[in-house]
Amino acid sequence: MSFFDYLSARRDHLIELGLEHIQVVALSIAIATTIAVTLGVLVYRRPRQAQIVLAVTGMFLTIPSYALFGLFIPLVGLGWQPTVLALVMYALLPIVRNTITGLQGVDQAVIESAQGMGMGPWRRLFRIELPLAWPVIMAGIRVSTLILIGITAIAAAVNGPGLGQDIFDGLARIGGASALNLVLGGTLGIVALALLFDAAFAGVSRLTTSRGIRD
Amino acid sequence: MTDPSHHSDRSSGGEPMIRLEGLTKRFPGQKELAVDDLTMHIPDGEIIVLVGPSGSGKTTTLRMINRLIEPSSGKIILEGEDVTSIHPDRLRRRMGYVIQQVGLFPHMTIAQNIATVPKMLGWDRKRIAERTDELLTLIRMDPETYRSRYPKELSGGQRQRVGVARALAADPPVILMDEPFSAIDPITRGGLQDEFLRLQALIKKTIVFVTHDIDEAVKMGDRIAILRERSQIAQYDTPEHILTHPVDDFVRDFVGTGAAIRRLSLSAVDSVKWAEWPVAQLPAEVAQVREVLGRSGKSAVLLLDEERRPLRWVDGRALESSDRLSVEPGAIALPTVLPTTTLHSALDEMLKSGYGSVIVADAGGHYQGVVDLETVLKAVHDMREEVVVPAQDWTPEEVVASP
Repeated sequence: MSFFDYLSARRDHLIELGLEHIQVVALSIAIATTIAVTLGVLVYRRPRQAQIVLAVTGMFLTIPSYALFGLFIPLVGLGWQPTVLALVMYALLPIVRNTITGLQGVDQAVIESAQGMGMGPWRRLFRIELPLAWPVIMAGIRVSTLILIGITAIAAAVNGPGLGQDIFDGLARIGGASALNLVLGGTLGIVALALLFDAAFAGVSRLTTSRGIRD
Repeated sequence: MTDPSHHSDRSSGGEPMIRLEGLTKRFPGQKELAVDDLTMHIPDGEIIVLVGPSGSGKTTTLRMINRLIEPSSGKIILEGEDVTSIHPDRLRRRMGYVIQQVGLFPHMTIAQNIATVPKMLGWDRKRIAERTDELLTLIRMDPETYRSRYPKELSGGQRQRVGVARALAADPPVILMDEPFSAIDPITRGGLQDEFLRLQALIKKTIVFVTHDIDEAVKMGDRIAILRERSQIAQYDTPEHILTHPVDDFVRDFVGTGAAIRRLSLSAVDSVKWAEWPVAQLPAEVAQVREVLGRSGKSAVLLLDEERRPLRWVDGRALESSDRLSVEPGAIALPTVLPTTTLHSALDEMLKSGYGSVIVADAGGHYQGVVDLETVLKAVHDMREEVVVPAQDWTPEEVVASP
């Protein structure tokens, strides 16, 4: 069976896996963004705490993904839960780092004038600092998303959702009839998703950034 | 050029707008006090300039007034109310704040920037929109054109004007300005200063203005406080007094050598005694003009037309070569200044034209008098003796040849 015949025969299956893949990445990124931006806001004015946060989240990224997924099995079992948990941990660093960088990069004069006009800390954060840091934070989210799309494939090892299932299936019966097609289908699917997400991010980033600070 | 009338000494009876009582600031970890027991009264509706060398604590002092820096001790009284311990955001919404780097919000439009404080105060949308347009008009930026632009689309000078408009938005009684024009190129700066004085003549706010530039202080201030280290007031007085009667060597050194010239930009042409100059009004006979010239002992007669508008200078030689005045060739009667022009500008005109004198004419171009170099020198001398030179009721003696 040629690869193209395989694709048309397994279309529905691939689309289903692809949608699962998207869902698990989107969910993990949403959770990670909430945690990471909150952490960034908490520490960006405190250099020592910022360093600790960056060191810890940086360490998460160095844990081999295969091992991390496995480590969660005794705690939360198989399937979605260990997958999302591990993915969130991987996504933190780029977002935290960019949140801190973005917030620290806001022009001091802008903050002083906001303060001088009687804008309280919360209003300052939501009206001024976060909107100005937003393009940088967004870039972090984009990097994290691309990383997760790749790593999610490994989640199949713990029965996680997504295109990784086909890759693992294929690898398990290497030499068999459709082994190569399975691996190729999963892999190319992931590449296609990455391109799709990247394009979507470019659009969203533009739409959510004020015209006044766009390049 | 600046209208010097804002320098006139307004008597400020009653409660000052701001009272600083024993204001002191010690920054943690520093031995020296940044501001040491500063007491100062800031009268309503005037521009008070805090000026001093760097490190004199003038910016710290300004930032203590809106409590961006909390005083270590002392009191801030605003309109009779002790605001030393009210919520700082409430205090700051009653004081406009303009800084050197402007600090416009780059992600907001000009209109949104100006609307910042009104929005926090909960004004409705219609009122905010009207106020924004009103302020843009006030700073001479067309609302239609600029309302929806972003700060990056404006020049440095325009940004600073928007910064001022933003500070004025909710009509606060007080505006604090920290070196607002220092980052602007010198040519634009002069224009911005003039425009701000024009604005202040309309809005009559109480303005505390920090600068390190004594020229700017003299130009902008109704009163100047010269500060030395730890915000000690060396002298707090009108610009005229500070220039003419510096209390000590510190003030004298700080005011510097250009003081005599600076004084000239504080007085208008109509505040000094004008030179006596022979004039002749058309229609006039040559013989009469010749007689006027002879009696005056000057080198030329100023010829006026039937409407008493200066025509030209006529000297003895020109009178000899012809006996009809109307076609007489003579030097064109320039330069002309208004009575409200400053002596500094008048002197400038004199030097530029090379005549050694300028003609004073009113807005309609009618002849008022002549100011010459001697007049200016005498004015400088008089200022040293007596600070306020009262405007003269005196009109220069003139001879009008009868037809």
